[in-house]
Amino acid sequence: MSQIQHAVPDAPIRYTQICTRSSSCSSPQTSSSAAAAGTEPPSCTGHRGRTPRRKWQVFPGRNRFYCDGRVMMARQTGVFYLTLVLILLTSGLFFAFDCPYLASNLSPAIPAVGAVLFVFVMGMLFRASFSDPGVLPRATPDEAADLERQIDSTGCSKPPPRTREVLINGQTVKLKYCFTCKIFRPPRASHCSLCDNCVERFDHHCPWVGNCVGRRNYRFFYLFILSLSFLTIFIFAFVITHVVLRSNRTGFLTTLKDSPVVVCFFSVWSIVGLSGFHTYLISSNQTTNEDIKGTWSKKEGKDNYNPYSYGNVLTNCCAALCGPLPPSLIDRRGLIQADTPQTAHQSNGTGGGSYAPTQLHSHMVGGYHPGWLQHGGGTSCQFCCFHAAKISFVPLTFYIY
Amino acid sequence: MAETHSLQDLQQPAVSSKVFVQRDYSSGTICKFQTKFPSELESRMDKQQFEETMQSLNNLYAEAEKLGGKSYLEGCLACLTAYTIFLCMETHYEKVLKKIAKYIKDQNEKIYAPRGLLLTDPIERGLRVVEITIFEDRSIGSGR
Repeated sequence: MSQIQHAVPDAPIRYTQICTRSSSCSSPQTSSSAAAAGTEPPSCTGHRGRTPRRKWQVFPGRNRFYCDGRVMMARQTGVFYLTLVLILLTSGLFFAFDCPYLASNLSPAIPAVGAVLFVFVMGMLFRASFSDPGVLPRATPDEAADLERQIDSTGCSKPPPRTREVLINGQTVKLKYCFTCKIFRPPRASHCSLCDNCVERFDHHCPWVGNCVGRRNYRFFYLFILSLSFLTIFIFAFVITHVVLRSNRTGFLTTLKDSPVVVCFFSVWSIVGLSGFHTYLISSNQTTNEDIKGTWSKKEGKDNYNPYSYGNVLTNCCAALCGPLPPSLIDRRGLIQADTPQTAHQSNGTGGGSYAPTQLHSHMVGGYHPGWLQHGGGTSCQFCCFHAAKISFVPLTFYIY
Repeated sequence: MAETHSLQDLQQPAVSSKVFVQRDYSSGTICKFQTKFPSELESRMDKQQFEETMQSLNNLYAEAEKLGGKSYLEGCLACLTAYTIFLCMETHYEKVLKKIAKYIKDQNEKIYAPRGLLLTDPIERGLRVVEITIFEDRSIGSGR
């Protein structure tokens, strides 16, 4: 009897699975035996699902993807939902309470135009929020190693400079090295610390839109704020008209006193102000980032000028709004091939370990900053910040009765 | 068995090194690659051929990003349709990218593969570099 008992091993039975790349794993690992053994062959775990993974699932930045990689947004989307609610609520109340009166007493074209504007605003908002702003994919390990070699070969005993100078249209522009993405940033690109990506032609990170504003979605952002200005002016004007027409009985000033037009006035002007600011930026072919830093201002030097400007307001506008739309460089929905080079990670794993990130760059590597204050080299959506406190509850107060 | 082994060798040549041709930003932010001939390729191919390839690539990218009547028309039309038109048609840039992919495939077949080199389409590297893979020279004996 005891012999038989001894024959049964006390330790749980270990099953090692033979997993070849071409064939799927035999049976799924039974939890008890595998867990006890703790020796799950690592190559098997990737095969368990059998569905090929898409690149967005392993994207290194701090973005959120929806609809299987079709929609790309920043991590913090709370303010975007607020924007959505404010616009929907304001427009909804306008269409519900003011339009019937205006359509019957003035013209049915008013709600029609309002509807067209509203649809355009929503379309542009979604386009600005959901598209890739122009994210630069991180360098592959081979590229990163090659760059490190090039940088180290030029240096001496001190840490080598991580900038490159290039002459663009007669202006010297410095290209900075991004420690997170392991690339030399193209001119006008900047690293957004909220999304942890380098973005081409980085304008700013807009919390209202829930995304960075960069090369690929600047025109959508601009058209959004422009059409929103028209929509708010339109709604504002017709609400006033409605109030005026209705106040024949009660008196204009009394009615005005009851409706907080003054507060509404501020919200209209803040959006109109922002549109005006961006119109100026487009006509001079500058980004918010460059304008706030004063990169091309005359204060930096007499010979300082913007080398990207086409010299002509019309050409600058056409280039920004009607120029060719570049494709997304990150291929979110592509399938991961077995031999695809993985991007370099944040930590200095492969080669180049001699250079430790300086304090200047430490804020870019990991670390989260409150979005309002500091990101992408110091640019925040200042206009948005400034007006955030005032606008948040305003549209609700349009409708007092 | 020996035959299979050598066949595998032929099908999967070992990568000797990779050369990266960086972007040339002297004309601004447009997509343009440096045409300087890398020293690592000196033993493998002709300088002029390489420069011709790079120049053609640069011309194709310039065509993709060109500002002109056609691109403005496309932009305006797209804006008027609230960009829904791109659900049914490709952008001009995407059409040129397909052309570029075909060109690179052609170049690889005709010029680079016979010399043990491989050009990677820059779009797969985020338009940052043109990656040229140099394969080990399995020279004379195994040539088939």
